Amino acid sequence: MTYIVNGEALESGATTLSDLLLALEYEGEWLATALNGELVHRQDRGACRLSEGDRIEILSPMQGG
Amino acid sequence: MPQFYGTEVRSRLLLGTARYRSPAMLAEAVRRSGTDIVTVSLRRETAGGRQGGAFFDLIRELGVRVLPNTAGCHSVSEAVLTAKMAREVFATNWIKLEVIGHHDTLQPDVFGLVEAARILAGEGFEVFPYTTDDLVVAERLVAAGCKVLMPWCAPIGSAMGPQNLPALRAMRGEFPDVPLIVDAGIGRPSHAATVMELGYDAVLLNTAVAAAADPAAMAEAFAKAIEAGHMAHGAGMLEPRDMAVPSTPIIGKAVFS
Repeated sequence: MTYIVNGEALESGATTLSDLLLALEYEGEWLATALNGELVHRQDRGACRLSEGDRIEILSPMQGG
Repeated sequence: MPQFYGTEVRSRLLLGTARYRSPAMLAEAVRRSGTDIVTVSLRRETAGGRQGGAFFDLIRELGVRVLPNTAGCHSVSEAVLTAKMAREVFATNWIKLEVIGHHDTLQPDVFGLVEAARILAGEGFEVFPYTTDDLVVAERLVAAGCKVLMPWCAPIGSAMGPQNLPALRAMRGEFPDVPLIVDAGIGRPSHAATVMELGYDAVLLNTAVAAAADPAAMAEAFAKAIEAGHMAHGAGMLEPRDMAVPSTPIIGKAVFS
């Protein structure tokens, strides 16, 4: 399926958010995820099923002012 | 020392973590500043999130409290979602709320700011709103649930220093019991001392320290200026006068001719 991950189109066989993170080699407890503009808590990623065209944001800590 | 949402802090200086030339320089500036609150953000990352992880480790090693921001958000929905994602990562209800309204001046969109503050306060966030020096907006923010206010004194990163001292003074007078932090626009320690002399509780800095030739020394210089300004406010300052007033007593002066 095609997802929009951090603003870019991406083909993936992953069907849940946690599988997608694994496939993209994202790791670490510091990641934050959102699906179609809504926060997905860390513990809910495994149950979070993805659909064609879903917009996924994966953010991590960065320097800020 | 001031309390922000019931948490007493050790320092009146809050330090941003952006724009340092190296992580080591950031770490040294944080140590020399004596701050116990640093601002951080969340960004997209392609490298599996490892860079963010390394930064997060550095911040945790410094043993300071984090104040995540919603920098770069131009809409209420973006700012609210970013705040929620920040709470997930940083495990704090604190959020430095920025809703930017103008591309060139980075002036806050105060209408969106009030709306976002109300939503976030309703969801248990402790909001530190980056706002202007407008008193009516400040009142709306307090009504929306903000227990700290962070007015700018000049545009972000401009280093212009306080552009409207009467407005900052009025805000202090209007909100004697709300912790007030000047956020944005400070360029040099004398600017920080000036706003602290008005009775502000703290100052949030980033570029003025990060872009200095020696960030650690500048961080310490700011810490001293902030303490000096705070102490001067408490000590009661002399008001300016139009005419000279001799400081040496006139009585008993010798007459030689």
